[in-house]
Amino acid sequence: MSTRARRGGQNLTRWFGRGWLGAGYLFLYIPIVALVLYSFNDSSVPNVWQGFTVKWYRALASDRELLDGLWLSLKIAFVTATSSVVLGTLAAFALVKYRRFGGRTLFAGMVAAPLVMPEVIIGLSLLLMLVSVQRALGFPERGMVTIWLGHLLLGMAYATVVVQARLQTLNAQLEEAAMDLGARPWEVFHLVTLPMIAQALLSAWLLTFTLSLDDVVLSAFLSGPGATTMPLVIFSRARLGLNPSVNAVATLIVLAVSIGVVVASWLIARQERQRALDIAAAARPT
Amino acid sequence: MTKPSLRGRLRRGRAAVIAIPTLWLLVFFMLPFLVVMKISVSEMDGATFQDLVRLQDGSIAFNLKFANYLLLVQDDLYFSTYLSSLKYAAVTTVACLFIGYPFAYFMARARPTVQPALLMLVMLPFWTSFLLRVYAWKGLLTENGWAANAIDALGLDHVLAAVGLIPAPGQLMNTPFSLVLGMTYTYLPFMILPLYSNLSKMDLRLLEAAADLGATAWVAFWTVTVPLSRAGIIAGSMLVFIPCVGEYVIPELLGGPQTQMIGRTLWDEFFSNNDWPMACAVTVAMVLLIIVPLAVFSRYQAESTERRP
Repeated sequence: MSTRARRGGQNLTRWFGRGWLGAGYLFLYIPIVALVLYSFNDSSVPNVWQGFTVKWYRALASDRELLDGLWLSLKIAFVTATSSVVLGTLAAFALVKYRRFGGRTLFAGMVAAPLVMPEVIIGLSLLLMLVSVQRALGFPERGMVTIWLGHLLLGMAYATVVVQARLQTLNAQLEEAAMDLGARPWEVFHLVTLPMIAQALLSAWLLTFTLSLDDVVLSAFLSGPGATTMPLVIFSRARLGLNPSVNAVATLIVLAVSIGVVVASWLIARQERQRALDIAAAARPT
Repeated sequence: MTKPSLRGRLRRGRAAVIAIPTLWLLVFFMLPFLVVMKISVSEMDGATFQDLVRLQDGSIAFNLKFANYLLLVQDDLYFSTYLSSLKYAAVTTVACLFIGYPFAYFMARARPTVQPALLMLVMLPFWTSFLLRVYAWKGLLTENGWAANAIDALGLDHVLAAVGLIPAPGQLMNTPFSLVLGMTYTYLPFMILPLYSNLSKMDLRLLEAAADLGATAWVAFWTVTVPLSRAGIIAGSMLVFIPCVGEYVIPELLGGPQTQMIGRTLWDEFFSNNDWPMACAVTVAMVLLIIVPLAVFSRYQAESTERRP
């Protein structure tokens, strides 16, 4: 093949690639853009643009059902994210640091399964077990605690994957060096390992927090009277048809996420810069 | 080597690190399945279930009810629902692979400086509510929605109707098309991410070697790149296929009367009909349906954890 023909082919591939990526991102973001735009639409017919308004946001402020749901969801998400990171870190350590132990295959399977297992299965089976336990012992009451148990199962699986990926790229020699220098296992963990995986723990926390905040199916199975999370409120409204208040909620979530992402990437960039400076300072001959 | 006391402490720490998550998963993940299997063969006795095994006049009596399973096998409705769940999950997986493979490929071959930003843009929708994004498609696909207008203007609705994905041109919502679109949209990142992580680790010198040996870019792609990304393809496909089989929210919001999915059947048996044993039988059958893909997935997961960087 002549060089010119090959270069022409490369050019074509490059433009095809850009087009494919552009179309893909368009596909991923169109619904989000549509939600934001229509939240300012002054029309109760959702698809006809009638001019700009903020009335849906004002209506939101007095929407007790939704606000109560949001508060409950935030509480559950906070507890879920924290406990998921703790259990997920333990599981990730077991998988990465201890390559051989009895039942490791079963263990790895159980940790990974909730990632793909349809949520209706997890929700129904956990609920039926909890109902049996409640009949025998009188607790737990269906509500916040039972929703948390379900979310934790899912969150733990995701947290494990995130922490595990970080642990695998970790330089184990640093931990061994600390141990050779006389650090106790616990000291090695919180002085050496923990700072190195802190960023992964943070992203696992954020991921499980949003997973919990968003979950419909597990919450529907595991919630009891008076424990209606925000997604359950939104879902019951969305089922009935298009609802402008849902658009307004969506826009606020998009806003919160955007702020969160900007702040997080700024913090990470600052930390990386600091680390680069530290390395440079350490390398400088004194 | 280390002192015995330290070794003892390490061993105790190791036991705790393994035991805590194991116990947790056994109690809250495995045990519930046993409960479901038990209830699926139980007789409802008012609000409670009869015991499976009873001592009757000094002999042990088993009280198992397989009627639910018989119904599952004999009733055409259940059977066709299982089949159509598998069908829609498979179509979605193929659609995700078709869109996602080139997407991940071009991401992995983009300039290294822009790759983190491209990756971030794929992950970002994860952080905005999945429920709300699915709901947004409802607005986009109903009459006069943006997507509906664009599809009609391009004449694509005639193609979709000819393929059988929509009943008639101009009618997009509550059809197999809107269901598959919603599931493809939701699960596309789950296909892209494992493929990207696989493709970005590929040794590009292999392609140079292929070119030196006379392979065109196209031939090298199919004979080198695709086979090397097999693990990514399997992982991505399982991450899409398995949850799609049991999907509930998307069929409920975007599906229609034609698009029966097993997740919805389970939900209705449980919440509308209050038939717990039947819901459990449906669940057990669903688990059987996904057990092979699940095994493939967990083997892949295990392999990827064994791999040392």
